[in-house]
Amino acid sequence: MAIIKEQQCEVARKKEPPTQRESLLRSAILIGLGVIAWWEIYSRLARFADWLTLSVLHLSPVTRLGSTVQFMAFETPKVLMLLVLVVFGVGIVRSYFTPQHTRAILAGKRESVGNVLASLLGVVTPFCSCSAVPLFIGFVTTGVPLGVTFSFLIAAPMINEVALVLLFGLFGWRVAGIYAGTGLLIAMIAGWTIGRMKMERYVEPWVYEAQMGDGSLEDEKLTWAERIHLGREAVRDIVGKVWPYVVVGIAVGAGIHGYVPENFMAHIMGKGAWWSVPLAVLIGVPMYSNAAGIIPIVQALLQKGAALGTVLAFMMSVIGLSFPETIILRKVLRPQLIAAFVGVLTVGIIIVGYLFNFLM
Amino acid sequence: MTTLQILGSGCANCVRLANNVEAAAKELGMEFTLEKVTDMQAIVRAGVMKTPALVVDGKVKLYGRVPDVDELKTILA
Repeated sequence: MAIIKEQQCEVARKKEPPTQRESLLRSAILIGLGVIAWWEIYSRLARFADWLTLSVLHLSPVTRLGSTVQFMAFETPKVLMLLVLVVFGVGIVRSYFTPQHTRAILAGKRESVGNVLASLLGVVTPFCSCSAVPLFIGFVTTGVPLGVTFSFLIAAPMINEVALVLLFGLFGWRVAGIYAGTGLLIAMIAGWTIGRMKMERYVEPWVYEAQMGDGSLEDEKLTWAERIHLGREAVRDIVGKVWPYVVVGIAVGAGIHGYVPENFMAHIMGKGAWWSVPLAVLIGVPMYSNAAGIIPIVQALLQKGAALGTVLAFMMSVIGLSFPETIILRKVLRPQLIAAFVGVLTVGIIIVGYLFNFLM
Repeated sequence: MTTLQILGSGCANCVRLANNVEAAAKELGMEFTLEKVTDMQAIVRAGVMKTPALVVDGKVKLYGRVPDVDELKTILA
């Protein structure tokens, strides 16, 4: 048996056409050159912004207009370049994770371990809220516990590459890390809590009767060239969709940076106001926006004296909990379970908001 | 006659996929029918967990992304 296997391996190796190896080499060289070019441009952006503001437009960086223009000229290309690089990288990473693989990993896992895994996989598995229903059915009908499925559904939209790139680009790695860490924690704990509540009977009955097909494609093995192609496709899709939000958002941020007085927000959303966290979440829950649209607002709030925990809570409630998604999920969940989902998540986000205002 | 089906809830990506598939099939000179499947049970029965999906003569050929017309031509050919 072992011998036969080895022979098959041998045959498989010989079969690999040399053209594929050549194309792999070619794409590797192209990517290498691309990354070098990216870095060369990226590291010169600050000088470019100074040059544009001072020498071309003859504005002084100490004036309001000058600092606003300088801010925009630096932040816009910086964030867009970071976005292209990260979305491309994430596109390639995601080509290794399909919903089928994720489901196979999660099926039959114990709850606590399952919640942790599901939250982590939620970050890397490609997901869009428009396919929340087939994904939900696919998970629960093949033995993924309900609470574990919710951990996935919470983590997937909340922690995404666009949010992380923008947070990193505008606030640095600490805020991006805090957001990712607390987002994961909320997904794990909220999912676990929903699992404890034993709410399986509030799933619409037709879900468990649905016959889930196997759904694997005939040829799932992707070549490197195809993965790179998927990365490029992700850049075209995602960056193509969010760049106007990024540009408008940075313009708004730049305007506030230059024109709104410091500490303007301090008494409304500062640490002192205990009611600011629940209020921010209550405003954020019905709001629906993608990360690219909300983060410039977040930046404006932070710069003008809002507390980090309050702003973090606002952001999570806007991105992580969306009205359209709950309507989509209503097809598979009874109102009681929707209420539990929204309730547990809201409480989790409020706790995180208070925690950060208290700690920092 | 080839049966082409687009599986999805009717979101923007499903419409884009349907348009690209139609364009690709026409460029190939195929004889085809194009149908949009929005029924969740049917989508689940096909085993699709990420929409939109393209089903050709009952076989899932692609899901979760919207390739351009050229790539769709190689998939359909």
